[in-house]
Formats: sequence, structure tokens, C-alpha cells
Amino acid sequence: MKLSIQVNEGPYQHQASDSAFKFTKAAIDAGHDIFRVFFYHDGVNNGTRYTTPPQDDRHVVNRWSELAEAHGLDLVLCVAAAQRRGLVDEGEQERNGKDGNNIAPGFRISGLGQLIEAGIQSDRLVVFGD
Amino acid sequence: MSETKKFLYVNRRAPYGTIYAWESLEVILIGAAFEQDVTLAFVDDGVFQLVKGQDTAGIEMKNFSPTYAALGDYDINKIYVEKESLEARGLTIDDLQHLVWEDEDEDWAEKDSIKVVTSAELAEMMGQQDVVLSF
Repeated sequence: MKLSIQVNEGPYQHQASDSAFKFTKAAIDAGHDIFRVFFYHDGVNNGTRYTTPPQDDRHVVNRWSELAEAHGLDLVLCVAAAQRRGLVDEGEQERNGKDGNNIAPGFRISGLGQLIEAGIQSDRLVVFGD
Repeated sequence: MSETKKFLYVNRRAPYGTIYAWESLEVILIGAAFEQDVTLAFVDDGVFQLVKGQDTAGIEMKNFSPTYAALGDYDINKIYVEKESLEARGLTIDDLQHLVWEDEDEDWAEKDSIKVVTSAELAEMMGQQDVVLSF
């Protein structure tokens, strides 16, 4: 089955972010295709490489990056949500005159149309949120 | 993209206090460009999003409630408000904005967009959707 995932909550604050990761991994292991993972609301905070959790805790961001690299996942942060919350890639850095960027490997920033497209193209869109 | 799917946006939260309502409206407006079969549902504190006469000056937030009146122009005209949620909050449909759309098949006659439905009717409608986004 072709699945897309929507993540609406940030890392560490809400289990929704962990559940989304675990579901995505389990779906891949079960042989399903992941069309896209779309991060919205505070969910965009799952995509900053500056996240530094204590060493004895799971690393929510790196976990997504590693899964993306291993399986070619399309991890998309909503641009409007990202701009509000200070998530910046090289393109956004240049466009908005910022002094740096903080997006984690495997993530990209794009528009809400990517979420709608995921809903249209996938057999199921699974939403993780509060 | 010729395929048309039934999209339902479920709005569950008060308009202010969290950003969910505003960011939900942003998805709805962007999504309108994809020409899907769109339905909106307002339940729980989400019914407050449609209350008329909102004044946000005191909290220094943007009052985005006038945007709902533009939904008809985006061909979004199936707006369902849960009866039980209204009643639990002492509201009636008269407390909500009068949202309308123009039916081009009937010489652009103006029609009401909002329909008050029971939770049972809402549940049945939810079961008919292809994509359900909840905010």
C-alpha cells in the first residue's frame, strides 16, 4: 500500500512525533511504500539538525535522517510553518537574509501543496498529532 | 492530476490559544487549488472558529475569521457544524457567521454553506471520505 504520513507535533514535547516515526518504520518493514512524510505545525521542529538531546535519550531528528537515507524517504517541512518557527534551509536562508540554516539531512522545505498531493497520490494519509 | 478525492478537514480547536485553527485554514485555502471534493467539519471548541463578531485586539493576534467568508469563492460550500458541540457551548447557528456560496447552475443564486448536523450524521459522512485531516 502507498502511504503518506503527516506529523503535526514537535519532538520530545509530544509522543505523536515518536509514534509517527515508529509507524513509518514499521510500515516500511512490512513492505509498504512511503510516498511522503509531511511535517506541519510544530512538527517542523523534527527537522532541525541543531537538536541535541541527552546522550541516553533517543535522537528524534537523526532517526528520521537515517531512515530517509536508508529508504529514500521524502521528508518535507511546510514552508509557512517552518518560517514561523525558524526552520531554514539554504534557499530560505538566502531568500530571507538569514545568517545560517539549520535543516537536518534528508529533509527539505516545500509548500502545503505537497500535503494535498500526498493525500491525492497515496492510498492512505495517516495523521499523527494532538 | 485528474483524480478527485473526498477531503474532509476536521476543525476541533478554538480559533486562538493555539495555531491549529489558523494553520488549518491555510491548508484549506492552498488545497482549494487542487480542485478536490472538499468538506469542512467544525466540532468541539472548533465551533468557536465560526462565531461572528470576533475581536482579537486584546490578544494582539490577527483576526483571521473574515477569511471564512471567502471560502464560497473557493468553491468550498459544504461546511458542517456539529449540533452537540454548539449546544454544549450555549451557541446556535445564529451566533455563527452567515457563510454563503453562489450556485452557478442556478444563475448564481446565493446559498447557505453552513449546515448543522448531529454527531451521528457527521460520523456517517466521515466514513465516506478518502482523506481526513484533523486540526
